[in-house]
Amino acid sequence: MTRRPWSRRREGLLATALLTPSVVVFGVFVFYPLVRTVYLGFFLQDPFGISRRWVGFDQYVDVISDDTFLNSLRVTGLFTVFTVPTSIVAGLALAVLAHQPLKGMRFFRTVFASTVATSVAVASLLWLVLLQPSAGIVNTFLDSIGRDRVDLLGDPDTALFAVAATTVWQNLGVAFVVCIAGLQSIPDELHEAAEVDGHGPISRFTRITVPLLGPQLMFLTVVLTISAIQSFGQIDLLTEGGPQEATNVLVYELFKTLPTDPGAASAQAVVLFAIMAVLSGLQFGWLDRRVHYGD
Amino acid sequence: METEARRRSVRWGLISRYALLTVCAVIVLFPIYSAVMVASKPLRALGDLGVLVPDGFDSDGFTDGFRSARLGRFLVNSVIVATAITAAQVMTSVMAGYALALLRFPGRRVVLWVFLATLMVPVEVTIVANFETIQRLGWIDSYQALVVPFAAFAVGTFLLRQAFLGIPGDLRDAARMDGHGHLSFLWRVAVPMARPSIAALSVFSFLLAWNQYLWPLLVTNDDDFRTVQIGLKALSSDAGSQLNVVMGATVMASLPIFLLLVVFERQLVRGLTAGSIKG
Repeated sequence: MTRRPWSRRREGLLATALLTPSVVVFGVFVFYPLVRTVYLGFFLQDPFGISRRWVGFDQYVDVISDDTFLNSLRVTGLFTVFTVPTSIVAGLALAVLAHQPLKGMRFFRTVFASTVATSVAVASLLWLVLLQPSAGIVNTFLDSIGRDRVDLLGDPDTALFAVAATTVWQNLGVAFVVCIAGLQSIPDELHEAAEVDGHGPISRFTRITVPLLGPQLMFLTVVLTISAIQSFGQIDLLTEGGPQEATNVLVYELFKTLPTDPGAASAQAVVLFAIMAVLSGLQFGWLDRRVHYGD
Repeated sequence: METEARRRSVRWGLISRYALLTVCAVIVLFPIYSAVMVASKPLRALGDLGVLVPDGFDSDGFTDGFRSARLGRFLVNSVIVATAITAAQVMTSVMAGYALALLRFPGRRVVLWVFLATLMVPVEVTIVANFETIQRLGWIDSYQALVVPFAAFAVGTFLLRQAFLGIPGDLRDAARMDGHGHLSFLWRVAVPMARPSIAALSVFSFLLAWNQYLWPLLVTNDDDFRTVQIGLKALSSDAGSQLNVVMGATVMASLPIFLLLVVFERQLVRGLTAGSIKG
């Protein structure tokens, strides 16, 4: 009985062949641009990239001390605070509601999960049906009860809330699907045992459901925070950063800077990367210690 | 007596649960419902609450979108781009996932870390340099520009690596005894066994590709290459005052994905929850 061994050297060659496509794509479109962006941040450039002048860290310092950029950091932070906890709480509430053995629950689950695949463009424009100043449902309703019209997207005090509302609605599907999957993985015996021990529904929720959903809640916190910091589409479609830069989030500011000043845009991108790296590090470090992974 | 009271309280409990569920469902569906109603009304009917009442059907909202903004072309572009990205990601992920699961070679850990590191670099950070690369290649306004940068996907690679690691060792030994090489084992055994993971990855990849916004906006100026997400932007700035047209286009743009969701619900949920449950 002779075995033909899968020889070491040939395995190495085969691995190289199998990995090359991915490594090339990542090299050209992830790692090279990352290094290139840091490098471009050291140069002042004219809009066409024809002349470049080395300015070292000056451009980074300029970007970090620029009022518009600082405002975009603030707006991004606010937007994250408005959207992430709200989305998770709402998604969890819907999941708890839909996690009951009732007739017709399939229908409700489908409805609650319905925004899961909605693109940012579709979600934003759908909300225009409510928010649009002239024919939107909100103002149509206000007209019909004889109140003054409002322009939620055009008022600096409300624009960010309005955009955040569209984003929370878009996030609902994901938050719901992840939470309900988590709830279904908690054994019913745990709840029954707690009920026997005299714990009411609220105490069961805080002592069993929330701790055991740790991994799901952590996953949602990380994913939704990252997507909030990267938000762009809803701003571009609904407010274009306005009014008075009230919704000018970080990526929108980057997008506006890119055509006219690639050097400054690079420096902004590096700051964005640093923020993301620090946040992911913090989130994983802090949450990982507190999360209970049931096995 | 007591049982009567209990029965009544159970019934009230049920009614209030259903009432709460219904209220939540109405809130979640309200924007979609309003959009469909507004899209199916003539322009003159807007600005009146009656617009929310189902009543007749006016096709302007749907047809004008096709006429003025070439919605058909945008949809075709989105299908081409999302399908190409999905096919590319599935291929590269199967290949890389197999190498990282079942081949022994020097530097395997390093390669694993390299793949993991790509997840820490968001698209937004690389757009400045990638835009420059695409310009140099002369790819502005081309399908390549929309597809090639996304031809590899670390999440997909890890998903398939997990699937390949789950194949019992006996099967590998048997294949080896029969004189099968790696490639024929990959093609005949590993890929068929990883079918559920491949399906989940396909749905997930397609969805992400279909929903992209920032990158297509940067690298396309020409309607011929615009995807539907960007097309919607053009349409809403052109026809901003014709809310029925904007809503008609938006509803139509979301239909393909809605159908995908209905057909592949299981795969999508698998793909979404894979990241949240420690396997």
